[in-house]
Amino acid sequence: MPMDESVRKAVLGAVPSLRAFAISLCGNVDRADDLVQETLLRALANIDSFQPGTNMSAWLFTILRNHFRSEYRKRRREVEDSDGHYAETLKSQPEQYGQVEYREFREALSQLPQDQREALILVGASGFSYEEAANICGCAVGTIKSRVNRARTRLAELMHVNSAEDFGPDETVRAVLASGE
Amino acid sequence: MEAAATRKKSTAKPAKLGRDVQARLGQQLRSMYDEVVNQGVPDRFEDLLNRLDNNGSKDGH
Repeated sequence: MPMDESVRKAVLGAVPSLRAFAISLCGNVDRADDLVQETLLRALANIDSFQPGTNMSAWLFTILRNHFRSEYRKRRREVEDSDGHYAETLKSQPEQYGQVEYREFREALSQLPQDQREALILVGASGFSYEEAANICGCAVGTIKSRVNRARTRLAELMHVNSAEDFGPDETVRAVLASGE
Repeated sequence: MEAAATRKKSTAKPAKLGRDVQARLGQQLRSMYDEVVNQGVPDRFEDLLNRLDNNGSKDGH
């Protein structure tokens, strides 16, 4: 049976954000791309269980997340490459834009507990609602909300941030100038 | 009221993150995420779907 054109479009359209999600979960581009590929294979093999009219992207995220979870349990003892490969793909990041801050942010993110990290990414970056994120993670909406809150608080702690002025040298300079110190 | 007192800068440990901090963390998160999103669809995924599609077509004819 040839692939339905609308399915093909929806699946390919979801690939960029699936990759971003996968990379932020496992911190390794090659592994993330394998994860996305396995997700697409699973999804297309089970396309009959997709309910037309519902959110294809959320469905694919759920498959990817569950697959990662089962893989993650298997590979728990492997050292996560939270920096190396990720840093490589992000070489194109403009040098002038708070490079140190950006690096610190990624390191802090990789230190979050898995549950908190995925909740924060789904809501804060992938643009899912709390309800959608709860469906993807198979938990209650309130659980997602509290994970997101804890993730934000923990990130700020890890980065030693109390106010926006603690970010980046530009902001510090401006704050000093403004306060006349 | 004590408007001046509430404006005192962050000497006490904040119980909740300020909106400015949340906004900045959110900005960092999205810029990291969008960096990958903006890479678009790598060829391997186009190829994968083409392969699956061709297999399907052959079976069907």
